[in-house]
Amino acid sequence: MFEACADPSTLEGLGWLACFLTTGKHLAFYGAFGTVLLLLAITAPTALAFGFGGAMAARAQFAPLRWFGKGYIAIVRGVPDIAFFLFFVIALDQGIEYLRHKVKCPDWDQPIRQGSDFLVCQAAKMPLGNSPQWVHETYGFALAVLTFAIVFGAFAANVLFGAMRAVPRAQLETAESYGMSPRQSFWRILVPQMWVYALPGLSNLWMVLIKSTPLLFLLGVEDIVYWARELGAAKTPRFTDYPHGDWRVWYFLALLVFYLAFTRVSEIVLGRLMTRLTRGQATMAGEAQRKNA
Amino acid sequence: MTCLQTIQDYGLRSLGIGERLLPRDNFTLCDQFTLIGSGMLWNVYFGLLALVSGFFLATALGVGKASPNPLLRKPSEWFIFIFRGSPLFIQFFFGYFLFLTLKQQAAFFDPFSAAWLGALVVLFCNTAAYTGEIFYGALLSVPKGDIEAADAYGLSGWKRFRRVIWPTMLRLAWPAYTNEAIFLFHATTLVFFSGFPAVQQKGDALYYASYFADKTFNPFVPYPILAGYFILLTLIVISLFGLINRRLNRHLPQERRQKLRLRPNLIR
Repeated sequence: MFEACADPSTLEGLGWLACFLTTGKHLAFYGAFGTVLLLLAITAPTALAFGFGGAMAARAQFAPLRWFGKGYIAIVRGVPDIAFFLFFVIALDQGIEYLRHKVKCPDWDQPIRQGSDFLVCQAAKMPLGNSPQWVHETYGFALAVLTFAIVFGAFAANVLFGAMRAVPRAQLETAESYGMSPRQSFWRILVPQMWVYALPGLSNLWMVLIKSTPLLFLLGVEDIVYWARELGAAKTPRFTDYPHGDWRVWYFLALLVFYLAFTRVSEIVLGRLMTRLTRGQATMAGEAQRKNA
Repeated sequence: MTCLQTIQDYGLRSLGIGERLLPRDNFTLCDQFTLIGSGMLWNVYFGLLALVSGFFLATALGVGKASPNPLLRKPSEWFIFIFRGSPLFIQFFFGYFLFLTLKQQAAFFDPFSAAWLGALVVLFCNTAAYTGEIFYGALLSVPKGDIEAADAYGLSGWKRFRRVIWPTMLRLAWPAYTNEAIFLFHATTLVFFSGFPAVQQKGDALYYASYFADKTFNPFVPYPILAGYFILLTLIVISLFGLINRRLNRHLPQERRQKLRLRPNLIR
């Protein structure tokens, strides 16, 4: 990157380090932090939407829809989430390919599952075998986002379901007595009031979401864990201009610090948000704020 | 090959006893149930030992964090913050590479780079931090009247802690601690997916489940089996903790006894 870095073998000390930390691969490593933040930025709203849908389904009048909603929420209990991550990535991939296969190759007569193989016609492959690298990467990333959204949507659904039930019953009865339909009282009375009850659960979920981002590595995305392992491993002079021993422990220390800092900042921001939201609310925290003012 | 034969061959495969080669094709349901069940031995081992050993450190951390002396409080606070604020996945990686580096300095650290000890140390610290925070919260909500009563009886220092404060703290913390125990058992599935290698394919339940999913390219069989095993394990944990909860609350009038209320488990 710098001109001084042209011949690394002559460098020493800080100069060497500065050159070492700005190699192309290191820049990719720094970019991977962006990948993680991007994942969080996309997943959080998506999971919230899934959660909202799940909570609405769990409250539905129509019984099968209600069972579906409750079942979706119930999967968060009892089973390790990492199993869901590993499961959904393959299951989604196969599901998409299966559907495309049904649409694009209707006259295919062989079975799709042949022993240990999952065979669909060439046109149904996702992404297509001849598509460029970035399509493959984006597809992998999209699958990861969808998986995260499904798993965390179940958590969010549980939180929102509880929050909807926490809104005082009298509020809804008042809405009914004003002649609002169930739909109107849901959107105009329940939804605006539930957020203050949902925020503690949602902020906990956000912390958990941050801490689960390293699992991206398991889903095959080139994230910070991937690069930390890659860059930290011992390098011999044959393959690189910057030979070094096994430095993985330092790279993972850096990741540890990154996550700690991120969690701390989130804690502070969410604390402020909570103070802001409780202002004027008829809760204990709101009452305490009023007395202190 | 009958199912009994499979169980003999693979029942203890995760410990390295029995048939060395894993099945390569024609996977039967029996194969999958046996091997994944065999892997559960590791999950139970990690969960149980970390839980029992972590309990003691957690008590110390909880008391330390509530202590007015900054020399005790600060280290506890930092320990809890570091292990609760960072992903367990990264902690495993960091722990593994740390032990690898230490191994080169001193032979004493040799066994630490293997999963059975190294991962256990990481899990121990992790659960101690989470539980310590729970105990700290419980310690703050010990009723003032209990402590005054203890003072009135002339109890002080260690005796007061051992006979009044500690049992009350446990009683208050128990529902949350049950959740933490369930969490911990789920977290044990991460061991072989992070730094620690599964030597000679001696892995835990998830390791074998993903082995089958990779080989058959069909996730719809092994993962539900794994889920079934974990639901079973969760139910056992809940009922055992429920028994202890009953004992901790036995002196209270019937209607004031705390029922175990379980919140959903989140990943760490």
